[in-house]
Amino acid sequence: MAKAAESSGDPGTTTPRPLMRDLKAVGKKFMHVLYPRKSNTLLRDWDLWGPLILCVTLALMLQRSSVDSEKDGGPQFAEVFVIVWFGAVTITLNSKLLGGNISFFQSLCVLGYCILPLTVAMLVCRLVLLAEPGPVNFMVRLFVVIVMFAWSIVASTAFLADSQPPNRKALAIYPVFLFYFVISWMILTFTPQ
Amino acid sequence: MATTAAPAGGARSGAGPEWGGFEENIQGGGSAVIDMENMDDTSGSSFEDMGELHQRLREEEVDADAAAAEEEDGEFLGMKGFKGQLSRQVADQMWQAGKRQASRAFSLYANIDILRPYFDVEPAQVRSRLLESMIPVKMVSFPQKIAGELYGPLMLVFTLVAILLHGMKTSDTIIREGTLMGTAIGTCFGYWLGVSSFIYFLAYLCNAQITMLQMLALLGYGLFGHCIVLFITYNIHLHALFYLFWLLVGGLSTLRMVAVLVSRTVGPTQRLLLCGTLAALHMLFLLYLHFAYHKVVEGILDTLEGPNIPPMQRVPRDIPAALPAARLSATVLNATAKAVAVTLQSH
Repeated sequence: MAKAAESSGDPGTTTPRPLMRDLKAVGKKFMHVLYPRKSNTLLRDWDLWGPLILCVTLALMLQRSSVDSEKDGGPQFAEVFVIVWFGAVTITLNSKLLGGNISFFQSLCVLGYCILPLTVAMLVCRLVLLAEPGPVNFMVRLFVVIVMFAWSIVASTAFLADSQPPNRKALAIYPVFLFYFVISWMILTFTPQ
Repeated sequence: MATTAAPAGGARSGAGPEWGGFEENIQGGGSAVIDMENMDDTSGSSFEDMGELHQRLREEEVDADAAAAEEEDGEFLGMKGFKGQLSRQVADQMWQAGKRQASRAFSLYANIDILRPYFDVEPAQVRSRLLESMIPVKMVSFPQKIAGELYGPLMLVFTLVAILLHGMKTSDTIIREGTLMGTAIGTCFGYWLGVSSFIYFLAYLCNAQITMLQMLALLGYGLFGHCIVLFITYNIHLHALFYLFWLLVGGLSTLRMVAVLVSRTVGPTQRLLLCGTLAALHMLFLLYLHFAYHKVVEGILDTLEGPNIPPMQRVPRDIPAALPAARLSATVLNATAKAVAVTLQSH
C-alpha cells in the first residue's frame, strides 16, 4: 500500500494503476476463500474492501421488494450491516481476550471475506425462488445454505485457528459458528413478497 | 526575513521532538489491545503507512501555509509578522497537547486487557460448568464457589439471541418498530444485565456474599436451561411438552441458582426475598420468551379475520402424524395468545 501511495503522489502517474492493484488483491483473496488452504495471504495484506462489497451486496439482496408492507426495506439493510460489522467486532474482541495473537483489522478482514460463500448462497436462493414455491424449493435452498455455511466456517477456521492457543480453538470458533448461523438463517428465511 | 524565518524554523523543530516524545509515550504506556499505531502489524496495506502518509502530507501543507503566511507577513511591518508566528506556535502546541490527551484517553478506554482475566478458560471447564448449572447443590451450609468468568455467560446470551431469532422468524413475528435482531439482542442482554444488577442490589440489601461478576456468571450460566427449552420447543410445537420442560429444566437451573444464593445468605427472611425474586424472574422470563415470540400470528389472525378461515390452515408446520395433537394445541394456543396478542399489537 505504501508503493501505491508513492505512485499516486507522483505528478505523472495514472490513477488506474493503484485501483487495478487493489482489485487484483481483492480478487486474490476471494480465490483464497473459495479454496481455503492454510495460508497467510489474508492475514498479511488485510484490506476491508472485500468485506464492504460483500456486506453491501448481501444487504441489498436481502431487502424485500414490497413497498407497502409494514416491514419496509429500510430496517433490513441497516439490520444486515449492523449484524455483520458488530458481529465481526465482537468475535474479534473475543478471540483477542482468549489470548489470540491476531490484530483487530486482520480478524475483521478474515471474517468479512469468509461471508463470500454465503453471498453465493444468497444469489442461488434468489434464483431458486424464481421457480414455483413448495417443499422441494425449500429443500434445495436448505441444502445450498447448509453447504455454504459449512464452507464459510471451514474457510474462517483455516485462517483464524492458527492464531489461537492450541487448546482454546473451540472457544474461539464457537462465536464464528453463531455468527454465520445467524447470517445463514437470514438468507434461508428470506422471501421476496 | 531572516528573523521571521528563524522562529518558524524553531516552531517546526520544536514540534519535532514533541512529536517523537508523543510516539514514545504511546508505545511505552500499557498493553492496549486495540492500538491503531501497533507497529508489529506486519501487513502491506497497514494503517501506520497511511498514517505516516497523512502526517507527511499535513506537514507539507503546514509548511506551504507557513511559507505563504511568511511571504504575506514579510510584506508588512516586522511586528505583525512576529504576532502571526506566535499565534501559530500557540495553536500548534495546543494541537499537540490535545492530540496527546485524546490518544491517552483512547488507549485507556480501548484497553480491553482489564477483561482478559475473565476470559481465561479452557473448553473442558466451560463444558463442566454448563453441566453443573443444571445440578442443584445439596450443601447450603457453607458458601458455594462461583466461577467468575464471562466467556460462558456471554456465549450463552448470544446463543439465546440466535435461538430467539430462529423462533421469531419461524413464527413470522411482526415487529412494527425496530427490528427482529434489535428486539432479540435487547431482550437477552437486557435480561442478563438488568436482572443481574437488580439481584445484586437485593443481595447488597440482604447482606449476601456475592460480587457483581459472580452474579453475572451465575445468571449467565442459568440461561443454559432456557436455551435448551427454547431450542426444543421452538421446533416441536406442543404445549404440554413446553410446560413439562419449563418445570423440569427451568426448575433445575433455577434451583441451582437458588441453592448457591441460599448458601451465601444468612437469615430466613433475606433468603426468602432474594431467592424468591430470582426464581420468579427466571421462570417468568422463560414463559415470556416462549409465548411472546412464538406462534402469536395465529392469535392475531384469529382476532383480525374472525372464524371464517377453517382452523386447518392455521395449524403450524408440524409433523403430520401429530396433527390432531397440534390442532388441540393450536386451540389452546389461541386461547392464551389472544391475551398476549393485544399487548403485542400495541408494541
